[in-house]
Amino acid sequence: MIEGAIIKISGPVVNAEGMSGSKMYDVTKVGGLGLVGEVVRLDGDTAIIQVYEDTSGLSIGEPVVCTEEPLLLELGPGLLGSIYDGIQRRLVDIAEEYGDFVVRGVTTAAIPRRTWEFAPTVEVGEDLVAGDVVGEVQETSHIVHRILVPPGVSGKVAEVRDGEMSLEDPVVILEDGKEIFMKQEWPARVPRPVISKEDPHLPFITGTRILDTFFPIAQGGYSIIPGGFGTGKTVTQQTLAKWADADIVIYVGCGERGNEMTEVLTEFPALVDPKTGVPLMQRTILVANTSNMPVAAREASIYTGITMAEYYRDMGYNVALMADSTSRWGEALREVSGRLEEMPGEEGYPAYLATRLADFYERCGRAVCLGADKRVGSITAIGAVSPPGGDFSEPMTQNSLRITGAFWALDTPLANRRHFPAISWTKSYTLYLDQIEEWYRKNVAEDWRDLRDKAMGLLQREVELQEIVQLVGPDALPDFAKAVLEVTRMLREDFLQQFAFSDVDAFCSLRKQYLMMNVILTYYDTLEEVLIKGVTLRQAVEHPIKNEIARMKEIPSEDAEEKLSDLLERVRQELSELAEW
Amino acid sequence: MAEKVSLATSEYRTIGEIAGPLVFVSKVKGASYNEMVEITSSDGATRFGQVIEIAGEMAVVQVFGPTSGLDVLNTRVRFSGEVAKMDCSINLLGRVLNGMGQPIDGGPEVFPEEVREVSGSPINPWRRDEPRDFIQTGISAIDGLNTLVRGQKLPIFSGSGLPGNELAAQIVRQAKILGGEEFAIVFAAMGITRREAAFFEESFAKSGALERVVFFMNLADDPTVERLLTPRCALTVAEFLAFEHDMQVLVILTDMTNYCEALREISTAREEVPGRRGYPGYMYTDLASIYERAGRIKGKTGSVTQVPILAMPDDDITHPIPDLTGYITEGQIVLSRQLHRKGIYPPIDVLPCLSRLMNLGIGEGRTRADHRGVADQLYAFYAEGVDLRRLVAIVGEEALTDLDRMYLKFADAFEQNYQDQKDENRDLDQTLELGWKLLSMMPKESLKRLKDSMIEQYYNPEGAEDIMAAQA
Repeated sequence: MIEGAIIKISGPVVNAEGMSGSKMYDVTKVGGLGLVGEVVRLDGDTAIIQVYEDTSGLSIGEPVVCTEEPLLLELGPGLLGSIYDGIQRRLVDIAEEYGDFVVRGVTTAAIPRRTWEFAPTVEVGEDLVAGDVVGEVQETSHIVHRILVPPGVSGKVAEVRDGEMSLEDPVVILEDGKEIFMKQEWPARVPRPVISKEDPHLPFITGTRILDTFFPIAQGGYSIIPGGFGTGKTVTQQTLAKWADADIVIYVGCGERGNEMTEVLTEFPALVDPKTGVPLMQRTILVANTSNMPVAAREASIYTGITMAEYYRDMGYNVALMADSTSRWGEALREVSGRLEEMPGEEGYPAYLATRLADFYERCGRAVCLGADKRVGSITAIGAVSPPGGDFSEPMTQNSLRITGAFWALDTPLANRRHFPAISWTKSYTLYLDQIEEWYRKNVAEDWRDLRDKAMGLLQREVELQEIVQLVGPDALPDFAKAVLEVTRMLREDFLQQFAFSDVDAFCSLRKQYLMMNVILTYYDTLEEVLIKGVTLRQAVEHPIKNEIARMKEIPSEDAEEKLSDLLERVRQELSELAEW
Repeated sequence: MAEKVSLATSEYRTIGEIAGPLVFVSKVKGASYNEMVEITSSDGATRFGQVIEIAGEMAVVQVFGPTSGLDVLNTRVRFSGEVAKMDCSINLLGRVLNGMGQPIDGGPEVFPEEVREVSGSPINPWRRDEPRDFIQTGISAIDGLNTLVRGQKLPIFSGSGLPGNELAAQIVRQAKILGGEEFAIVFAAMGITRREAAFFEESFAKSGALERVVFFMNLADDPTVERLLTPRCALTVAEFLAFEHDMQVLVILTDMTNYCEALREISTAREEVPGRRGYPGYMYTDLASIYERAGRIKGKTGSVTQVPILAMPDDDITHPIPDLTGYITEGQIVLSRQLHRKGIYPPIDVLPCLSRLMNLGIGEGRTRADHRGVADQLYAFYAEGVDLRRLVAIVGEEALTDLDRMYLKFADAFEQNYQDQKDENRDLDQTLELGWKLLSMMPKESLKRLKDSMIEQYYNPEGAEDIMAAQA
């Protein structure tokens, strides 16, 4: 054991001497309280340690003990439904033991020490390689936890056990004496290995119209949501966590509000997964490191999140990782870097910001997992970015953009008009469209892409027309141009706006999205036709069918096919009739 | 919390350097981080300080007070072995304290029920209870559109010359919890002028609120660095009253801009790498350690609600102080110079305002089922009207459609009736009724954000005519 003594304290950074033998990123226990820290720099026998807890009251000369191990996470059944701090301590246990406030120097087991019913899937004599499934545990009513051979382990099975077992009991023993447990440990900062990364081609369905229809991403893709405060980053993230098409959701509240985590904690157990009918909390893991919790633990929290995501991906699941907000993570990096007196890069951020970000996002993706059966799993990451002053030119946004495949830009003017989700259709983009178009053609509608592009074109045309309107007023526009404005308003209000807390509309099926878009575009086509035939725009837009279009959102997804197809027909017919008078 | 073992308190005369608010003491043994120190200059005057860095035998002390009169040779520094603490007691209600929490009103000594560290500990997210229950402020633009909820932190973004403080005082006077539980106010003034302080004192005294107020006062000419402690002392008392005495505590912090300036001053003196506009890179974390001390805890009746007030430098909402604040708080109330010039009070510019927790405090069973819908619809119409004003400025009113002209009229009526309320204290029903009168100025079918049943029940064309008649 290496034991040194504190020689310098500056905020969350502590220097200790007499630490020769420690390695970079080894976990240390600092001071009499045993505060958890991590070695971030070595200089002779001095170790520079970032401490994950408040350092008030530490004195020079207090002991520092190096555990000679990196920050290890416990992975095993019991993770789902848990709420952790940034370094995988169970907040529930801390509360039970120490009360309402988070105290310092505590350790808790990351997974509850209970027994699980283990059902083996291998037999004695079988050859196993790393990643093979040795058995299953019913973790929650819908998630089967597959027990895997840890990376780096292989051999012939000598003994298999089954039945009720604790996490400390080996469930499979190999011929060379190696034991496989239901839980394993993995260093948070090291990516878990896979056989290969695959190109994503399946869509990540969110139920949010502007995302699924206009800016879809693929399963295993990554996207960022930047936006100034009050534009709805957190609501969007939470909506995605609720409704997104994923087996497992990991929600990292990184330096954000405590009350928001409470919202998730009270809402999720009450909400039911539309696909399985099970409370959402049973597929969710929360990592909550609120803004007033220690800054260094905030830096660690996204690694804690992604490592747990990788673990479930390795079982062949599709995992969604929400990081809210990556900017706070970047700021934690900046703060620690400042305390280390490193040369600052742009806006005080360390020069390695881009590398760290890329390392993080590259741990996501669709992958062929370890194991002989070559199962495929994916991690889809959605990172919120909080640019200072809503200015997207700042380093966090720009560095994230260089890596991620989709950009969902939240727009303050839209938010001020209470247009939610306030995702700008002019600034956002996605690079996954071509990869997943095929799937949409097969599963939604053959002409999905054409309609999408047409609607997008109209919205673009609106921007141009608005510029003219700003100069000469709407009356100066010809009827055909006014018709465009009429229809784009319909697109904005009756299609893009979606109330995240509505019972019916919070999740919109892809087919319903397509039909809604089709109704509006049919309205546009028919409008153009009748205008050519001499009907005035005023006559046309006064037709009451418009009000029915405005109420499309309220149709439940299961009735959408019938009711919207009917509406589509009537739009065409009733509007055309105007020209026959 | 583990008790910090107090090392033999020790006094040093080994100051090596004094720079701005910082004193560097050498040959120190056993000092601890964030420990409080007492500094006595050669003329016998004492001031407090706090250790902000220790390296070997060198301790860096930030002084809560002027460093003028300190010298290197004769000044003594005594290390207390303790971090900053605050004496908490229910008897603090009705008292005036300085920025470090010591009584300055000449009243009797306060015997602490409990001594707490001012830095506080973060509430375990698992133990937090959802903010809920509407706090009625009597101001339509807040109650109707951006509801304040118990346990929320909702700042007011003001500007120099804008009536942010008046609004705060009005909220303190009028704030009411439907249910009538015990209500206390902790008021922390940081760097405000004597005139402003007097205004608050007088306003509380007049409305009889004074005996339920704990008044922390750090005036503009008080030591800048002391301001770093003021909000923490105030929140420590607030937490004590809320969670030990089951009170509903409203904390007003004014002016956070002065607090941030103090933070910058210290950061610069320490020669740290500056972030945006010279503010330290950790300002977000620092502000969060203040703002996040609002909330409710499961199993406790009390709550801490915060209304911080800050002056946006040059009315710039993207300035780091309002910007970082907005990222931490649960919404914001923004004052507008334009409305102020029009003589509208309170000049709340509702478009950039937001209360994130509104939905937890309103609706069926809390306020009224149509509350959300009315708020959204008022917003939508007003936003449209404001947009059209810009257009009218360019192309003139003739180029508009009839509907557009209605929007314009609506926006004017909204400002003059709904927002401009002066000292009137409106209860929620009055606010909602007024909202419906205004909405009824528009055709029924344009009320897209309201359910038909609600429109049936509340649509009020006669009320709308009254308003339009008054308008004309």
